[in-house]
Amino acid sequence: MDLQSAKMIGAGIACIALVGAGIGIGNIFAALVSGLARNPSANIQGPAFLGFALAEATGLFGLLVAFILLFG
Amino acid sequence: MAAESGPLSQFTIERLIPLHVGGLDVSFTNSALLMVLTVLLGTVFLLYAMRSASLVPGRLQSVAEMIFEMVDGLVKEHVGPEGRPYLPFLFTLFMFVLLGNLLGMVPWSFTFTSHIIVTFALAATVFIGVTLIGIFRHGFKFLALFVPHGVPGPLLMLLVPIEMLSYLIRPFTLAIRLFANMMAGHTMLIIFAGFVTSLGLFGFLPIGMDIFLVLLEFLVAALQAYVFLILSCLYLKDAIHLH
Repeated sequence: MDLQSAKMIGAGIACIALVGAGIGIGNIFAALVSGLARNPSANIQGPAFLGFALAEATGLFGLLVAFILLFG
Repeated sequence: MAAESGPLSQFTIERLIPLHVGGLDVSFTNSALLMVLTVLLGTVFLLYAMRSASLVPGRLQSVAEMIFEMVDGLVKEHVGPEGRPYLPFLFTLFMFVLLGNLLGMVPWSFTFTSHIIVTFALAATVFIGVTLIGIFRHGFKFLALFVPHGVPGPLLMLLVPIEMLSYLIRPFTLAIRLFANMMAGHTMLIIFAGFVTSLGLFGFLPIGMDIFLVLLEFLVAALQAYVFLILSCLYLKDAIHLH
């Protein structure tokens, strides 16, 4: 296996990290929707978007590794 | 790591005014230019918005007041009244990161927050400052931060090193979070833009995706500045209140 193909496989493996981010973001917005459905006057968008940013960042770490492997 | 061409070439630092002092390269780069612009924009905006501060604010004045009150409210909520002296620093930090991220969204400009050295310098400043505040406030008792309450002795042998590690890793996660968000987002924009020509007739699909991604990037730019601020507040709270 030459270096280029090893890099591509590595980038693909690095993208597995996005599974966790997807589950996390899905959980956050599912909880936000059910929370708002139960109590429409609850003001919980702020913490929800904070959680979204934190969960998204973990996935982006993996995506970043993939980008650096592919194009760096 | 910046390639000559390709999606990562947008992060290349170019010397605009080459300067060499001694053996050091202190050239005025596009990164430095954008930082100067950010500081100027923030200062001019706030001064202009508050030039004739009135009791009933105009449009610009209410924007400036809303940003300030948001930061003020966060510091009050998370740190309490003891956080008041650090409000100017936290507000400046927030404005710098926010305007830097937003200026990076201007086409053909440069995002200095997509360089890890910039975000790490910011994060390290926060980390060192917060640690010094904790040590000056509590002296030797500051080490109580690493000892969780109500944990039996043998378990402490395990938990104290973990707490210490999680404390020491803070500046790195704080820096990498902002850097990775900005860099991955901008790289993704270029990659989808590259699909436009390669897909031929169906090139309008990636353009639609790019429009959506630009909107997402604006959200992320504001959100990451907010996250940077809120985590700095939480670290400050830890140093002042020790759990």
